[in-house]
Amino acid sequence: MSKGFAVVVPDRAAVSQYAGLSVGAWRWIGALIAVALAAALPFTVSNYHVFELTMVMIYAIAVLGLNILTGFNGQISLGHGAFFAAGAYTTAILMQRYGVPYWATVLPAGLISFVLGVLFGLPALRFEGPYLALVTLSMALATPQLLKYFDNWTGGVQGINLAKVVPPPGLGLDHDRWLYLLVLVVLIVAIRVAANILHGRTGRALVAIRDHPIAAAAMGINNARYKTLAFGISTLFTGVAGSLAAIVVSYVSPEGYGMFLSIAFLVGSTIGGIATISGALVGGLFIEFVPNFANDISDAAPAALYGLAMLLFMYAMPLGVVGSLAPLFTRWLRQARARGSGRN
Amino acid sequence: MHQFLQQVFSGLAVGAVYGSVALALVMIYRATDLINFAQGEMAMFSTYIAWTLVNAGLPFWAAFVLTLAISFLGGMTLERIVIRPVENAPVLAAVIVTIGLALIFNSLAGWIYTYTVQEFPSPFPDRPILGALITTNDLGVIIVTLLMLLLLFLFFRFTSTGLAMRAAAQNPVSARLCGIPVGRMLAIGWGLAAAIGATAGIMVAPVLFLDPYMMGGVLLYAFASALLGGIGSPVGAVVGGLIVGVTENLVGTYLIASQLKLTVALVLIILVLVFKPHGLLGTGIVQRV
Amino acid sequence: MAMKRSLLTGLPMAGFLVVGGLGLAGGLALAAGQYVPGASDTEIKIGNTMPYSGPASSYGAIGKAETAYFAMINDQGGVNGRKINFISRDDSYSPPKTVEQVRKLVEEDQVLLTFNLLGTPPNTAVQGYLNENKVPQLFVATGADKWNDPKNHPWTMGWQPSYRIEARIYARYILQNMPNAKIAVLYQNDDFGKDYLIGLREGLGDKADKMIVATQSYETTDPTVDSQVVAMQNSGADTILTAAIPKFAAQVIRKVYDIGWKPTHFLSNVSTSVKIALQPAGLEKSIGIISAGYGKEITDPKWQSTQEYKDWLAWMQKYNPQASIADANNSYGYGVSQTLIAVLKACGNNLMRENVMKQAASIHDLKLPLLLPGISVSTSATDFAPIKQMQLEKFDGTTWEMFGPVISGASS
Repeated sequence: MSKGFAVVVPDRAAVSQYAGLSVGAWRWIGALIAVALAAALPFTVSNYHVFELTMVMIYAIAVLGLNILTGFNGQISLGHGAFFAAGAYTTAILMQRYGVPYWATVLPAGLISFVLGVLFGLPALRFEGPYLALVTLSMALATPQLLKYFDNWTGGVQGINLAKVVPPPGLGLDHDRWLYLLVLVVLIVAIRVAANILHGRTGRALVAIRDHPIAAAAMGINNARYKTLAFGISTLFTGVAGSLAAIVVSYVSPEGYGMFLSIAFLVGSTIGGIATISGALVGGLFIEFVPNFANDISDAAPAALYGLAMLLFMYAMPLGVVGSLAPLFTRWLRQARARGSGRN
Repeated sequence: MHQFLQQVFSGLAVGAVYGSVALALVMIYRATDLINFAQGEMAMFSTYIAWTLVNAGLPFWAAFVLTLAISFLGGMTLERIVIRPVENAPVLAAVIVTIGLALIFNSLAGWIYTYTVQEFPSPFPDRPILGALITTNDLGVIIVTLLMLLLLFLFFRFTSTGLAMRAAAQNPVSARLCGIPVGRMLAIGWGLAAAIGATAGIMVAPVLFLDPYMMGGVLLYAFASALLGGIGSPVGAVVGGLIVGVTENLVGTYLIASQLKLTVALVLIILVLVFKPHGLLGTGIVQRV
Repeated sequence: MAMKRSLLTGLPMAGFLVVGGLGLAGGLALAAGQYVPGASDTEIKIGNTMPYSGPASSYGAIGKAETAYFAMINDQGGVNGRKINFISRDDSYSPPKTVEQVRKLVEEDQVLLTFNLLGTPPNTAVQGYLNENKVPQLFVATGADKWNDPKNHPWTMGWQPSYRIEARIYARYILQNMPNAKIAVLYQNDDFGKDYLIGLREGLGDKADKMIVATQSYETTDPTVDSQVVAMQNSGADTILTAAIPKFAAQVIRKVYDIGWKPTHFLSNVSTSVKIALQPAGLEKSIGIISAGYGKEITDPKWQSTQEYKDWLAWMQKYNPQASIADANNSYGYGVSQTLIAVLKACGNNLMRENVMKQAASIHDLKLPLLLPGISVSTSATDFAPIKQMQLEKFDGTTWEMFGPVISGASS
């Protein structure tokens, strides 16, 4: 795409010490506090809000997958809902037909989504820009139809009801909070994995392919392999999210995986910050809460308010919330350091 | 054989609808490098405006012309006010804006006009001809679509504004240096697209019936048609539309159960694109370093 | 490795928080639960989800009609002195959203019962939760068969005659009057449309395979169904069953006429509106269509001089003026709201949820003003299908002429 995205990689070289601790140490403390807060949160709010927050995290994982593909690798996808559905139905079929316990279905769901992603990534190599958008949109459109057609496996239009998850005994956790913590763990793992990939060689290769495919190829990067890999990794994340969603909601049906879901992922991804990792969390929050707010404000035309919110976010922060705010934060840090060293 | 012909003609009729919306999509793409996901909803909203005018007592063709004018101005205004802020932002931001716009139009239409299906008068008499193969209405739609294509072609080829628009789209910087008001050209592009969409909507409402979701399915097929034909090519858009319409019908009748019609049609389109990644009539852009 | 170290330091803190939080939650749990949620001396809270956005948002009109009806009831003094607080939320017809909104209604808004939730997938998604938590899932807005199952789901009850009952009625008519018919079926590719196909097969029994010569489906995203109609004609069928929503039903009726085909045409009850489905197709093109109804088709001219219609119209104009008079969703919302009010009235001052279900399961021959003559609402402890009767009717170009007796559909 001609107008690129800013890759928001925190500016590591700029500052080295704050109050005696290195940047790395501060980062760990920050992460620890965040994890602790996140783990404590469900015990301070009602069951219903715990459920909502669990869905936010699930959407964040799905959006993170999309960020990897569209943000860091520049391949637009309007079809990630299809992989979300793939993960969800894998879990549902394994649980209901083969009696596999819920926690054991998440990885197979992710792997199947990975394989599907690679299979789609191969022909997708031929396409760019709006053509790729069409190909991926077609996947989103075909998904409900395919789910309805293979009704021996998918339960067709009636869907599949899943057994409610029973928390392990002895921990004293109820159903909602157990699932929240489970999803939180998966989210943390997902973020770590994404960070490792994206801040390492693979990530640099993906970004290089996005920004300058010819130069990347000239430097010896195997564009085809990395692009396909990006597709697979991306869909793995989204498939895992779909699997978790099926477990939490305890029901899958074709109605839940239409085109609008794919669009919602793209919207959440762009509004959070498409080439960022923490933007995925913002995206998850947007997808889960903004339609509800819109509904609360207006009975008559809630979708119009949702659309308006999308417009306003894009006007104010065209690189997404994290994409637009992070450079400002980095600049503030740098100025603070300059002021600090000036004082010394 | 009879059924084959019926399906083909049926497909051409609906394909003309896809083609005209695809034409509007191509219009905006050529002018602003953007896929306008709100095209269908804009067309639907314009049709509601026409419907309001007709219900207020205006004769059909007066309402038609007035709606085109309103849509043209509306499209220009949209470009200046809604799209301009994200003109220099990443492409995805603009895409999200058009998606938001689509939601707004759809929701507003549902709120103002309710979701009840409405009738819309047709300018053509509704008579089956050619041995019940096609109705005069369907034929009218096809003719209007081809007429629009012709007018556009003449506009771009033989008028100075058309030339200026092509310049602005191809190379905005050089165009500005030549004194072409690029911003105004973009606005005109959107205005034209809105007018084309309005025409498509008005042509199609008598057949599909008017409700806020009238254009939902059409937009998807129009998108596929535009790309099949080559996203930069207006002729390709219409040709693509006709092909998609006919293929969809034939696939559903002869190849696979109607339950998989959409899926198979999309797969076929993608297969064609695999062999011709820039569409049937599109030209590829070669990047050199 | 750095990661392991941070996890280890994090665990004790998390553990402390877990234990602390549990204590808090446990304490809160003990305090609640002594009073009836959702009901008080002055108010009854009713929860509902409807698709107010997304592709099914035309059904949102039902929710708006219900809001308007309860507003009228409140103006008239409420039910046994209590005002109805009707809370309706948008689920966009997406089951995960329905789960979220229903949980919010039950856990945050603390409604007494859920009423007329719309759609089979949405209701299926929350059926387990509502039954487990013993919250009534009353008068669900879908024509699926499965809501009549008091043994396994004692808190769930349907309202309208199921699509399968309707299709079986058509099957019976066909077997009696046209035993050698060749039938083609056009159905919407979702649970609504498929239920017609299943019901027809059930009704035809072992003759189904021989008699059904073609089935065609469509998605709601399809712009037209002309192609399917042409295909059905070419299958040699002389009878068709159209299980479609009004927009597509109108296209079918018109196309059938335009290609010069004259089959016996059975039309789903959801698309019998004279103004919305038949008129756009062409009234003269709709002559002879057969359907089965349970309610008065509100744009049918023959009802317009009746007192019931005038009452309904007065209500629409005063309380629901934004809505379209021709939209059958409004008469539907009116009728199902009346049923709920009757149940709530019968509860008297005992508004425990068990009593609500008990009253809902004890409706004897309740006649609603917009039901067809001879059709009434009845339930019992083993019969959770409030409306089971339907009346065959044929369109004569102006109005739906009823013929034959009121038929009581056998439950599956």
